[in-house]
Amino acid sequence: MPIHIIDRRLNPGGKSLENRQRFLRRAKSLVQGAVKKTSQERDIKDVLEGGEVTIPLDGMHEPRFRREGGTRDMVLPGNKKFVEGDYLQRSGQGSAKDSGPGEGDSEDAFRFVLSRDEFVDLFLDDLELPDLAKRKIAQTESEGIQRAGYTTSGSPANISVSRTVKLALARRIALKRPRKEEIEELEAAVAACTDEDEREVLLAQLEKLKAKSKRIPFIDPLDIRYRRFETVPRPVAQAVMFCLMDVSGSMSEHMKDLAKRFYMLLYVFLKRRYKHVEIVFIRHTDRAEEVDEQTFFYGPASGGTLVSSALQAMHEIVRERFNPSDWNIYAAQASDGDNSYSDGELTGILLTDKILPICQFFAYLEVGESGGSAFDLSDSSLWTLYERLRNSGAPLSMRKVSERSEIFPVFHDLFQRRETAQEKAAP
Amino acid sequence: MTERLFEGADWDFHTLQRITDACEEVALKDLGLDVYPNQIEVITAEQMLDAYSSVGMPLFYKHWSFGKHFAFHEASYRKGLMGLAYEIVINSSPCISYLMEENTATMQTLVIAHAAFGHNHFFKNNYLFKQWTDADGILDYLDFAKNYVMQCEERYGRIEVERTLDAAHALMSHGIDRYPGKKKLDLRAEEKRAGRRRQHEEEVFNDLWRTVPKGASKSRSALSIERRRKLLGLPQENLLYFLEKSAPRLAPWQRELLRIVRHIAQYFYPQSQTKVMNEGTATYVHYRIMTQLHQQGRITDGNFLEFLGSHTNVVFQPEFDDPRFSGFNPYALGFAVMQDIERIVTRPGDEDREWFPDIAGKNDVMGVLRDVWANYRDESFIAQFLSPKLMRHFRMFHLHDDPEERAGIRVDAIHDDRGFRRVRRELARQHDVGYIDANIEVVDVDLSGDRRLILHHHVIKGSQLNETDAKRVLQHLADLWTYDVALIEVDANDKVLREYVVSPRPIPAAVA
Repeated sequence: MPIHIIDRRLNPGGKSLENRQRFLRRAKSLVQGAVKKTSQERDIKDVLEGGEVTIPLDGMHEPRFRREGGTRDMVLPGNKKFVEGDYLQRSGQGSAKDSGPGEGDSEDAFRFVLSRDEFVDLFLDDLELPDLAKRKIAQTESEGIQRAGYTTSGSPANISVSRTVKLALARRIALKRPRKEEIEELEAAVAACTDEDEREVLLAQLEKLKAKSKRIPFIDPLDIRYRRFETVPRPVAQAVMFCLMDVSGSMSEHMKDLAKRFYMLLYVFLKRRYKHVEIVFIRHTDRAEEVDEQTFFYGPASGGTLVSSALQAMHEIVRERFNPSDWNIYAAQASDGDNSYSDGELTGILLTDKILPICQFFAYLEVGESGGSAFDLSDSSLWTLYERLRNSGAPLSMRKVSERSEIFPVFHDLFQRRETAQEKAAP
Repeated sequence: MTERLFEGADWDFHTLQRITDACEEVALKDLGLDVYPNQIEVITAEQMLDAYSSVGMPLFYKHWSFGKHFAFHEASYRKGLMGLAYEIVINSSPCISYLMEENTATMQTLVIAHAAFGHNHFFKNNYLFKQWTDADGILDYLDFAKNYVMQCEERYGRIEVERTLDAAHALMSHGIDRYPGKKKLDLRAEEKRAGRRRQHEEEVFNDLWRTVPKGASKSRSALSIERRRKLLGLPQENLLYFLEKSAPRLAPWQRELLRIVRHIAQYFYPQSQTKVMNEGTATYVHYRIMTQLHQQGRITDGNFLEFLGSHTNVVFQPEFDDPRFSGFNPYALGFAVMQDIERIVTRPGDEDREWFPDIAGKNDVMGVLRDVWANYRDESFIAQFLSPKLMRHFRMFHLHDDPEERAGIRVDAIHDDRGFRRVRRELARQHDVGYIDANIEVVDVDLSGDRRLILHHHVIKGSQLNETDAKRVLQHLADLWTYDVALIEVDANDKVLREYVVSPRPIPAAVA
């Protein structure tokens, strides 16, 4: 009997991928809820790591007719001391149910592992770049070039040799241009020929061939082809994220922590939309400086507060390094809301005239002390200023946060997918 | 003959070939097994997980519930809560056995003997498998099913197909024919039968019968009920079959989907009835083959000890008060009974001669076993062949738990002379699918009224349906039937214990 032994190990894996995706799609709202719950408990740094989530099985339950209760009979192994007619005490209330087949009830929570991508996808799934930004993305396209076949005219640098030679060969064969070997053969025959008459004939033939080969060139201008390129619009696939933060003495560790969490969410979110994301950290007291991440969050600083200095710094960095036509610019500012009274006007002007026109999105996050409800406090000077700007039509997003757990809802709120009339109409 | 099949733990494909040849020699010559052609495939752990989630089949249609099982298995495997099987074997021709690549050479030998010869023989010869499964056609059928489901999804939308499949899956355990259908007679046979009947009537003709008064003729309404039930083929316990044939508003493709699910349920029906026998057979066969190979000197002592180690783990039966206990281990029970039969056939005692007069001392071990493997299922196998010696060995006892009984759970029988038969009967009943599954059947349709479908659940020993699950399943059923569905739970005296009525959910506008 022939026996087939097959090595299946090299077969492409992921056979269950499709089923898994279907499962996730179906359990989406449940998994999303679980993901959000998990992510609140976690450090935001680890949010990206994927990992285990638990969902209630209720929505994913596959019901079957199951029987329960009633009189039960069972045969068990391992009798040690019972004799017929003995009575065993029921151990506790629920024991009869517990020992039932391990289906149904015991399965009411379902744990499984999400990969990193699945986790982030679900985490940010119902978020969208704000409409304002979308419109801008459509405008800020750069041009790229890509190959588009061949052309008969062009720059010598773009000659396609292989294509040219190919065409030439085809033409030479079609027009029956004598080959080099043919001519050489004939020349040899002429040289070797002794008979005068025959020599005449051969010579005439040779002349004819030579004339023909001269008439039909090896490469004709007709054959030459150039590689053709055309320009295509290419969306800008890179973004820069400005983190502006007030580090003056009034900002506590807790406030910085809130800001950090918000920045990280924004980073994760942008990272998913753009191939390349750069981050610029600008901290300011009464003067602003660009710093690295470590200094940004943990470096000590003290001084007064001039918000305009940070905006000015950002504007300069953009001018130097990030051409708005090449980069999508996002900015998020975190502050406790203090600002020198005299600085208000300058800040407003900088923001409306220089910063907002080049930004896809500008968010202002006002962080408060833990426990203090953000809504009870009277509005800070910066909040009042920004609110006035926003009311006069500036595209600003602003929120107040004082608790860690509020970060995600606020972020979510800012980027929530909004079904505008425009979107609905779009195919 | 002392050439070793392999040394150490490593193997390659030549080793596998040698191992298979050696196993085959023992299996066919010494044990006289009759197997489908073998196909052996080596797979990775990930592929094993894949196979787990599609009920072990190499190809299957796509459905989210398989993804759910995959996620679940994967999570518990990653955490080390669960080991993977050494092999999976498929009842098809050729018989496909999947071997894990992590197995050592000894384990591969064990697994090949177990799956490619033990299970394979059982699949090919057991009457249930012969009756209910088509080993040649199953892979083609699954291929068809997979493509059909895919086409339906393209044409009618994923959601619609999913909804139908969800409903069908919920009813899967009640989509099985438990009895072979009536054979259709052809014209010639029918004529013959009619002729015989006429002849019989002539032979027993007695004019006196004419004078015997007839009973009251059936009323018109009783007749029409009978006629209606006959037309619909009621009562019908195969719910999926009934829906496929009689549900008024299903699209043809939905009927085909029900049919696919029904066929697959039917294909697995024998497996659920023969867990103990199937594993017992395979374990017995691998034990015999391995021992034989060791005796021939083809396996070293060290490798044989390795085999004995894993064999002992496989047939380990924890006692009821052991935390590891989770019911009878089919491997342990099956293997023990097979070995016990071997003992009874070759070295019977007086007790065995009394209990098993047919096989005691018959001396043809393989002949008896092959006959057992071919003609029994778990329930009849245990009822027939569980010997008093084994009951003593396992120290079996029977508990009767009546919730009404205040004193507690009664020990009804133990492994003594008075208890042997009762313990055995009860254990056999535990393995009877007819007893395990709820007995639910369609009894009537209110055709003249609101087309309500009426089902009965015949409650045994007061064990009623779980309410939440029953409602959900009935919801699926109602969605397929598209009119109200009533499920009535009745006890043995036809007393109504409980009644469920479920209305179908409105069909979304998308369904044309």
